Amino acid sequence: MADRTGILAYEVERSVFTASQWRLVWLTFMRHKLAVACAVFLILGYLSSAFADFVAPYPTDFRNDEAPFVPPMRVHLRDTDGRFHRPFVYALELERDPVTLRPRFREVTDRRFPIRFLVRGAEYEMWGLIRSRLHLFGVDEGAYYYLLGTDKQGRDILSRTVFAGRISLTIGLIGVTISFVLAIVFGSISGYFGGVPDMVIQRIIEVLTSLPQLPLWMALAVAIPINWPIERVFFAITIILSLISWPGLAREVRGKVLALRETDYVTAARIDNAGTPRLLFQYLVPGVLSHLIASLTLAIPNMILGETALSFLGVGLRAPAISWGVLLQQAQNIQTVVLSPWLMTPVFAVILVILAFNFVGDGLRDAADPYKS
Amino acid sequence: MGAYIARRVLIMLPTLVLISILAFLVIELPPGDFVTSYVQTLMTAGRQVDDAMIENIRHAYGLDRPVTVRYFLWISRLVRGDFGFSLFFKASVGEMLALRMPMTFLVTLLSLAFSWVVAFPIGVYSAVRQYSFGDYFWTVLGFLGLATPNFLLALVLMFVAARYFSTSVGGLFSPEFESAAFSLGKLWDFLKHVWVPMVVVGTAGTASLIRILRANLLDELKKPYVEMQRAKGVPEGRLIFKYPLRIAVNPFISSIGWILPQFVSGTVIVAVVLNLPTAGPLFLQAIRAQDMPLAGAFIMLTGVMTIVGMLVSDIVLAIVDPRIRYG
Repeated sequence: MADRTGILAYEVERSVFTASQWRLVWLTFMRHKLAVACAVFLILGYLSSAFADFVAPYPTDFRNDEAPFVPPMRVHLRDTDGRFHRPFVYALELERDPVTLRPRFREVTDRRFPIRFLVRGAEYEMWGLIRSRLHLFGVDEGAYYYLLGTDKQGRDILSRTVFAGRISLTIGLIGVTISFVLAIVFGSISGYFGGVPDMVIQRIIEVLTSLPQLPLWMALAVAIPINWPIERVFFAITIILSLISWPGLAREVRGKVLALRETDYVTAARIDNAGTPRLLFQYLVPGVLSHLIASLTLAIPNMILGETALSFLGVGLRAPAISWGVLLQQAQNIQTVVLSPWLMTPVFAVILVILAFNFVGDGLRDAADPYKS
Repeated sequence: MGAYIARRVLIMLPTLVLISILAFLVIELPPGDFVTSYVQTLMTAGRQVDDAMIENIRHAYGLDRPVTVRYFLWISRLVRGDFGFSLFFKASVGEMLALRMPMTFLVTLLSLAFSWVVAFPIGVYSAVRQYSFGDYFWTVLGFLGLATPNFLLALVLMFVAARYFSTSVGGLFSPEFESAAFSLGKLWDFLKHVWVPMVVVGTAGTASLIRILRANLLDELKKPYVEMQRAKGVPEGRLIFKYPLRIAVNPFISSIGWILPQFVSGTVIVAVVLNLPTAGPLFLQAIRAQDMPLAGAFIMLTGVMTIVGMLVSDIVLAIVDPRIRYG
């Protein structure tokens, strides 16, 4: 028995010693609990936006004319007689406040609707392939369940937030891929070769970074023709976002390469007759990588925020496209916000996703750190 | 060093020209020009507009000439300090910006100062005490600041103020001080207002500064020379400040270059939400109306401002980090 555990420990140890660098990175990353949890959260987020038709209780454009500005609905466990049930909601009735004449909602306490999983609701066609009426959760027909309340047109804010994730979540990924490639190519060339290429690239980077992003994004975004279809506007916005985001990353890559190329191990490799591509990709780029990953994860949220800000200001995506920024447009007016603060709730999606990206990146940075024992 | 600075300043010139071209192109990019949107407004107001009239307006504003000519006209006036005439506001761009730009700079610089003062000690602390409670606490708080779109932070602050304190936190001055001459009372009133945009704009930058300082200091702390100093018995506090921090602070300094534009951006959007008397809301209106002279001047001025910031950061960097060689 003792022998077996000894052998096992030896096997584990040997597997660690002989593991490839990426395997080591993976093992270290898995130890960072918060980062792993956030990675799981992000995967769930992407899945739920992919399966939005099923996850969201209502279709995006489903209007309930009788229910504008419904506050987030209370979930009850006890009815008026004090008996316990599974979580349920009451049907709502629209009435007017006798003093202010403002519309408000009253719970009809004799109409109880339990919240169920896998209920049948509005029909949808997922990705144009799967027709179904099945929704992850909801209440039976005859009432509605608005976990986060509704907007002016009586549309469920939760459903719209889930659907909006499709655009808001992909914009960061596509955008950051474009800027990642640009940054690593231009940054390492500039830092490694110095001289004229460095001069030229630095001027371009300097010009692009010295113009504040948001005004430039705004200026470029208003150039998108108003009559373009949603998909084209989406791609145009993504490209605009990444075109202006790469220089910051490239500058950091350059700074790091500049310092690294004077280090002993690079000099040793050069004396060892390593060619330029080998020097760059085997010695310099991996040395930069941990730093780059930290900046990269800060760049994805930056793009999501960029899209949100543009759409919020009304120069990015516009309805009927829905992104988190478009949803937040409704919360632009302080009067509206004071009367119906739940219109701000899509921002929690933004905050959570951005936090998660940051923690995952943080975990990756620590894991990819080659100096750590 | 003197030669380096001189060369660095010389390099600025082509950069400035490039910026001006980019600023001009960006403004030229939207389909149609100011006249198109002006005619649209006239028509929705129920006025009859014929082609001859449109041509006349175009000619009067010089919009019928080729792009290159328009660029040189624009840039040559700009160099002489003439920013042109705002087509939308019917006022001199120079005068409009002169009213609002100083306030924009002031708010931006105050936010920058705020974020540095907050980020530096926290960044050092989080690296030295990695994975401690304090590290996690500040990290989470910093991340929250980073993750919250700053226009929403502004909205939330306004919401809280309006809902629970029945006051308004918008603007930079109370109505009674708006047009008053400078006085201690006005300064106090300004300070009472300016902390909102300062904190709102500052928090986003603070988080990334903490991140970067912590990441770099962590990299340095694991290097053998730190171990060596420790083995020699150098006290921990002095050790950190004397060696690894000096190297880790390098990206912190070069951050001036990119953080300044970020703060200008932040100021733009926060100013729109908080209704500040800065250039941001003006720019948004100008962009929407394709008011080229105003929008162009704004982009140009903010570009110049950050170019100067970068110059300063490069010079400081060359002084602080002896490893950097410019070949």
